Amino acid sequence: MDGSLALEIPQIFPEIALSVFGIAILLLDTFLPKSKRHAATGIALAAIALTAVFTLGLVGEDGTFFSGMIVVDGFSIFLRITFLVVGALTVLASSSYATRENLAVGEFQALVLFAIVGMNLMAASNELIMIFLGLETLSIASYILLGIKRSDAKSNEAALKYFLLGSFSSAFMLYGIALAYGATRTTNLEAIGREIAAGSAGMTLIYVAVGLLFVGFGFKVAVVPFHVWTPDVYEGAPTPISAFMSVGPKAAGFAVLVRVLMVAFPAAYAKWLGLVWLSAVLTMFVGNCVALVQSNIKRMLAYSSIAHAGYILVAVATRNQEGVAALLFYTLTYALMNIGAFTIVSLVSRQGDRKTYLDDYAGLGFKQPGLAAALSIFLLSLAGIPLTAGFAGKFFIFRAALESKFVWLAIIGVLNSAISVYYYLRVIVVMYMKEAPDDWSPVAMSSSAIAVIALSVLGILQFGIFPDMLISLARSSVIGYR
Amino acid sequence: MEIAVFLFLSGIAIVAAANILVQRHPIYSALSLIVTFVALAGIYIQMHAEFIAVMQIVVYTGAIMVLFIFVIMLLNAGAEQKVPDKVHVVKYFGLPLASLLIFEAGLTASRTFDGEGIPVESASINLSGNTEMIGRALYTQYALPFEVTSVLLLVAIVGAIVMAKKEL
Amino acid sequence: MPMMLQFANVLVFLAVGIFFLVFSLTLSSLVRPYKYSAEKLSPYECGENPVGSPWIQFNIRFYVFALIFIVFDVEVVFLVPWAVVFKKLGMFAFVEGLIFIAILAVGLAYVWAKGDLQWVRPEERGSLAER
Repeated sequence: MDGSLALEIPQIFPEIALSVFGIAILLLDTFLPKSKRHAATGIALAAIALTAVFTLGLVGEDGTFFSGMIVVDGFSIFLRITFLVVGALTVLASSSYATRENLAVGEFQALVLFAIVGMNLMAASNELIMIFLGLETLSIASYILLGIKRSDAKSNEAALKYFLLGSFSSAFMLYGIALAYGATRTTNLEAIGREIAAGSAGMTLIYVAVGLLFVGFGFKVAVVPFHVWTPDVYEGAPTPISAFMSVGPKAAGFAVLVRVLMVAFPAAYAKWLGLVWLSAVLTMFVGNCVALVQSNIKRMLAYSSIAHAGYILVAVATRNQEGVAALLFYTLTYALMNIGAFTIVSLVSRQGDRKTYLDDYAGLGFKQPGLAAALSIFLLSLAGIPLTAGFAGKFFIFRAALESKFVWLAIIGVLNSAISVYYYLRVIVVMYMKEAPDDWSPVAMSSSAIAVIALSVLGILQFGIFPDMLISLARSSVIGYR
Repeated sequence: MEIAVFLFLSGIAIVAAANILVQRHPIYSALSLIVTFVALAGIYIQMHAEFIAVMQIVVYTGAIMVLFIFVIMLLNAGAEQKVPDKVHVVKYFGLPLASLLIFEAGLTASRTFDGEGIPVESASINLSGNTEMIGRALYTQYALPFEVTSVLLLVAIVGAIVMAKKEL
Repeated sequence: MPMMLQFANVLVFLAVGIFFLVFSLTLSSLVRPYKYSAEKLSPYECGENPVGSPWIQFNIRFYVFALIFIVFDVEVVFLVPWAVVFKKLGMFAFVEGLIFIAILAVGLAYVWAKGDLQWVRPEERGSLAER
């Protein structure tokens, strides 16, 4: 008992490294003089790089560790890398932002690292308790990050709204976990699956438990009807955190949802499939249709992120390996385009996050063509125009839906992508067709923001023009998936 | 006897919980909540969860309720003002719908959950101390969640400071 | 069930306590004369005339203290089982507990260094402001 657990520690080296560096940043930030506190960004990036090395060192591992708490397989490694990419981009994007808005850089970057720890644990959890702990680590870190602009009423509103609704959804999830435990006397996903397959579990309890779990995850990933918090929270949050929230917790939530439904509750999931189907359709329609009438670009991106949750839910509904691979591909590429778009929004909004309306983009195409071109690429990718990663992602998801005979889901999805083109293109039209206002002040660039934008553009084009590499990687990550 | 004690404790818990809603002053509601928590602790003891019962009192009544009352004092919340309900739908449909839902849930539960849950072997709980069993589980099987909890608590500390301080 | 019988004592104490409270209050309400005056109904402050309302706004530091107290209270919850079993479980469990304490000690150090454990913060005192 003593040695066996100690031998398994390398399996969680990524999480240990992130936690240790997070703690180090907190301590350094406290004891360093104010002028040297921006070192936190460098340390956070180093931590993420080191963690990536540890994570890649796990490739090829397959099994459960720590008494079945953690599962290391292709799925979890792929997701861990996704979260590290999200984290690295967020750290980079927020370093200049935190300086501009005069935020506490040290706490900011440390909390981003802790949030990645939470997401990583969620992706690798094989246990309902572990999932809950990972989710709470992520949630608490994000509550604080949302409200870190303490003098800004909107940021406070965002933090409070997300905190209240997040607590409610956690309670739903805990109740679901409790019922699942009551029916099967275990919280281990595989053991739950075995108990249900053996027919020794009370199925009514299981159905209720799965329903409650879906409600809980539905809140986190913002699918209709659990989406109402999204626009207010994304609008009020510090913009790099809006970007983070729209991709990180979303990917983690979907990953856990897929693992829980497919490993522990495949039978009960079949029973709920109709509701998942309905939720996916509603999510796509509500997200896209409401986004049409938004004049604030942060709110528009918030509704667009709801719509994208709908597309990903289609992948969840397919319940086959192709669908899961498409989900992995989609969450990673979606992270690139959304963080890229939000980074530009954060730059254009100037100090105090004030200029977030569509009119503030008038003439950007002439004044700063590089920035406008990058934003156009992100928006086109979000709309799913061919040769961008967004197109490839949607293609894989809808093909998986067709393969598992969800013809209507695929048709509705394509229809919705067509709707979404309107509001993405509207921004591009404003940038290139409208005159800049006379009191135009140039958008201040920073090297870290340029790095984020460049990396995202590269990723989108790379995975858009040559999606084979990533999708085959995603497929091979799913194969070991039980 | 056991049934009588259970009814006594659950009666206190329910009455105190109802009192939370009835009271107009938040301090009185908070004090009522303490009574509910203590009664719940008694029910936990009946379920042989002695450790949980003690922790219920130490953490909930001891720490969390203190925080509640501090926050109420901090916000200087006086007696609740009666605000006329703007949405009449809530007024007229809320209670009937809620009671219908509870009735339905009760009906479903009484009909279908019979024997669905798996009983925990209470014999094994009585063998050794409750706390020791929790300790064994916590430090062997649940070692990793335990350590994650410490990171979670650390994040919570940072959050408390970041949110409450004027100047970082 | 010997364990349960021990708790019966607590129950008896509880019942007797509630009985005394209800009994004495009811009894005194039955026998006492009812003569209210403005002075009698004002809060008792050692004979002084009360100034203002007792519902004043608390200092926010109470809240910070209470919040940090909760965190360490929860730590205690985890350490009690540790104290019971670490001898039987050996080195690994012992180290586990130490790591747990160490991570939370970081939290304590953080709070301390930020000056939140002092009632009068150094920057407000003015002398140590340049940190």
